[in-house]
Amino acid sequence: MELTGAEITIRCLQEEGAEYVFGYPGGAVLHIYDALFTQDQVKHILVRHEQAAVHAADGYARSTDKVGVALVTSGPGVTNAVTGIATAYMDSIPMVIISGQVPTHAIGEDAFQEVDTVGITRPCVKHNFLVKDVKDIAGTIKKAFYLAKSGRPGPVLVDIPKDISSHKTEFSYPSSVNIRSYNPVQQSDLGQVKLAVQLLLAAKRPMIYAGGGVILADASKQLTELVHLLGFPCTNTLMGLGGYPATDKQFVGMLGMHGTYEANMGMQYCDVLLAIGARFDDRVVGNVEHFNQEKRKIIHVDIDPSSISKRVKVDLPIVGDVANVLDDLLAELRGSKEKPDQQAIAPWWAQIKEWRGKNSLVYKHSDEIIKPQFVIEKLYEVTQGEAFITSDVGQHQMWAAQYYKFDKPRRWINSGGLGTMGFGLPAAMGVQLAHPGAHVACVTGEGSIQMCIQELSTCKQFQLPLKIIMLNNRYLGMVRQWQQFFHGNRYAESYMDALPDFVKLAEAYGHIGIRIEKPSDVEPALKEAFERKQQLVFMDFITDQTENVFPMVQGGKGLSEVILAEDL
Amino acid sequence: MRHIMSLLTENEAGALSRVSGLFSARGYNIESLTVAPTEDPTLSRITIVTSGSDAVIEQIFKQLNKLIEVVAVMDLSEGEHLERELMLVKVRAIGSVREEMKRMTDIFRGCIIDVTDKTYTIELTGTGQKLESFLQAIDRSLILETVRTGASGIGRGDRILKL
Ligand SMILES: Cc1cc2nc3c(=O)[nH]c(=O)nc-3n(C[C@H](O)[C@H](O)[C@H](O)COP(=O)(O)OP(=O)(O)OC[C@H]3O[C@@H](n4cnc5c(N)ncnc54)[C@H](O)[C@@H]3O)c2cc1C
Ligand SMILES: Cc1ncc(C[n+]2csc(CCOP(=O)(O)OP(=O)(O)O)c2C)c(N)n1
Ligand SMILES: [Mg+2]
Repeated sequence: MELTGAEITIRCLQEEGAEYVFGYPGGAVLHIYDALFTQDQVKHILVRHEQAAVHAADGYARSTDKVGVALVTSGPGVTNAVTGIATAYMDSIPMVIISGQVPTHAIGEDAFQEVDTVGITRPCVKHNFLVKDVKDIAGTIKKAFYLAKSGRPGPVLVDIPKDISSHKTEFSYPSSVNIRSYNPVQQSDLGQVKLAVQLLLAAKRPMIYAGGGVILADASKQLTELVHLLGFPCTNTLMGLGGYPATDKQFVGMLGMHGTYEANMGMQYCDVLLAIGARFDDRVVGNVEHFNQEKRKIIHVDIDPSSISKRVKVDLPIVGDVANVLDDLLAELRGSKEKPDQQAIAPWWAQIKEWRGKNSLVYKHSDEIIKPQFVIEKLYEVTQGEAFITSDVGQHQMWAAQYYKFDKPRRWINSGGLGTMGFGLPAAMGVQLAHPGAHVACVTGEGSIQMCIQELSTCKQFQLPLKIIMLNNRYLGMVRQWQQFFHGNRYAESYMDALPDFVKLAEAYGHIGIRIEKPSDVEPALKEAFERKQQLVFMDFITDQTENVFPMVQGGKGLSEVILAEDL
Repeated sequence: MRHIMSLLTENEAGALSRVSGLFSARGYNIESLTVAPTEDPTLSRITIVTSGSDAVIEQIFKQLNKLIEVVAVMDLSEGEHLERELMLVKVRAIGSVREEMKRMTDIFRGCIIDVTDKTYTIELTGTGQKLESFLQAIDRSLILETVRTGASGIGRGDRILKL
C-alpha cells in the first residue's frame, strides 16, 4: 500500500521507537500533523515556542539514552528552533529535528515562510538533509537516527518540503544503514591501552578527569570501577557530573572556572592525567599556556579525534568509545602483574587532603537572608539526592552543580557548552515525560526563567508536576558578578527591574506559587512542594542579592590562580 | 606552513558548502579551493591549499574527516606529490609586444589560445610559483585579465587517494 510522505515520516518515528515528539504546527508541516493525528503510538507534546520543543526533546534525550525528537514548521519555526539545536550540538546530545519546508517548486523564490534551513543549521548540527523525493524519506530518517546516536552524538535535522510530505510511495523501513563516509571508531587500539596502563601504574600524582562522554556512553559504572581499582582521585566537568558518584571519597568535586580548589590544584599539579570523554574546554583548563607550565603526561580517551589535542597537546591518545576503552583498561589492569601502589601515591593524597582543607565551597550562613547555596543544600537533603535537576544558566546553575551531589548519571541536565538561558524549564518537561513519577526540579534564576516562561502553559496541559526552584536575586547575577570583579562595580543593565509577581504568574498558569523569604522557611517549603506529587510548584526564593560564586578562576587565568571566597 | 589537502566527497549539493563553511566557521585559511567530479560520478574531488601551524593543520584534517559527506582526506604535503594550476591571461598585444609575448609564452611552455588584433589570451599550467613568475616576467601594464583555477594536486607514484 502506498503511503504519503507524511505518513511515512510518522511510521519511521514509530519504527525508531520514538515515544514523544515535541513540536509546534504550521503550514509546511500540516500533512505531517495530519498523519500524527490518526495514530496514537507517537505522542505529540505541544509546546508554546519552538525553542522549547527542542530543549524538551533534548532534556528527554539527556535523561534517558534515547534520541529526542522535535518537529517544527518552516521559516520562523526553524529559526526559533536554532537556539535549541545549537544547545544540543555543543553538548553532543542525540536528537532528530524534523522541519517542514516550502514546496520544492517554491524553494529559492523567497516563498512564504521560506528560509534556507539546511544552510542556517549547518554549523550547529552533526548533519542535515533536505529530502527531495518521497522515496528518500524513510532512508533519510533511518540515517538521521543512526547519525544522531552513533559516534559522537549530536542533533541531525531532516528538512521535508510540503509537497514531498504529500506525495505517495510504498513504505519500507530499512533494517540497516551504511554510510561509506561515516565509520565511527568502535574498537580502540589495545596497544595504546597497554601503554596507558603502564603510565597509570607509574604515576605518583595521578588524576582522573572525566566529562560528558562518560554520561553519553553510559559508562559511569566502569569509570567508578576503574577509579576504585586504581585508588586515584577523580574530578568531573560540569557535563560529567553524576558520571562518578559525588559522595565517594575519591571524588574531589567539579573542576574548572567554578570548580573546587582541590580539583583544580590536582589538575594543575598531577604528573599523569587520564582524561575520559572530556574536551579540555576553556572553562576547564583556563589559560592553556599556564596549564602547560607544569609537566605531565596526558592520556586522552575520546571518540572524536578532533577533540584530542585540540586545545591541549596530548601524549597518549585513545580514540574509542568510553565504555569500550574503560572495559579494556579494566581488563588490562586486572591482568597486569603490577598492581596499583597505594603507598606510592600516599603523599599525593596527603597533598589533596590539605587542599581539601581549604574548604573552598564554604559560604557564610545567615538567619536573616536566604543564601542561594543553602537552598540547593536543602534541595539535596529533601530529595535525598535522588531528583533529576535541570538548570538554566547563571550563578544558580553553578550553585546547583556545586552543592547538589549527583551520585548517578543523567540526573544533572544543563546547558554547558552554549550556556543557554531558557533551557531549564523546557528541558525539565522532557525529563518529566521520560520519568513519570520521578522528582524533577528546575533550578533557575529570575532572568533565565523569563526566557521560556510560556512553557508553564505546556506543563499545565500535560500535567507535568515540576518543581521550579527559582533563586531570585533580582540580578542577572552571573553578569553582575563579572561586572563587580572586572568592570569596577558598574552594573550595566544587569538589574532585573519590573519583575512580575511570580506567585501570581504561576497561579495564572494554573499552578501553585510560593514565595519564600526567610531561611527558616526554605526546608518546609521544599518539603511541602515535593509532597505535592500531582502539581507543579513554582518556588520564588528571595535570595541574597549580591552573593558570588566561588571559587572562581577568571577567564585567561591559570587553574592555580583561583579566587576563593576567603580572599575577598 | 602551507599545506595542500585532497578530499574525496560525496557528489552532493551540500558537500562543498560544508567544507568551505568549516573553514570560515573555524577561522582556517583557504588560499585556494578547486572542485570537480571524478571518474566515479558519485564522488567529487576537492583540493584545498591552506596554511597554519602543525596544530591547526591537524585540526583541519580531523575536522574535514568528521564531515559526514567527506569520504577520504589526504594531506598531500605530507609526502611526495605534484601540483598543477591552470591560468588564463589576457594581455594587450599590439606592435612589437606581439612578438615578445609569443616568445615569453613559449619559454614558459604556454600557448596562445585566442588572438585578436589587440589581444592575446595565453594558457599556462604549472605550479603556482611558475604562474607567478610568468606574471612577473611580462610587462604588468599589459595584463588585461587573469583567471587562475587554484592548485590541483595528486600524490606521486603509489600515493593514491581512491575508494
Ligand atoms: C556559566 C557557566 C560556567 C561554567 N563553568 C564550568 C566549570 O567551572 N567547570 C566545567 O567543567 N565546566 C563549566 N562550564 C561548562 C563548559 O562550558 C563546558 O560545557 C564543559 O566544561 C564541557 O564538558 P566536557 O569537557 O565534559 O565535554 P562535553 O561537552 O560533555 O563533551 C564530551 C566529550 O566526550 C566525547 N564523547 C562523547 N561521547 C563519547 C563516547 N561514547 N565515547 C568517548 N567519547 C565520547 C565527545 O567527543 C567530547 O569530546 C560552564 C558553563 C557555563 C554556562
Ligand atoms: C540566551 C542567553 N543570553 C545571555 C546570556 C548571558 N548570561 C549568562 S548568565 C546571565 C544571567 C542569568 O541571570 P539569572 O537567570 O537571573 O541567573 P543568576 O545568575 O542571577 O543566578 C546572562 C545574561 C546567556 N547565557 N544566555
Ligand atoms: Mg538572577
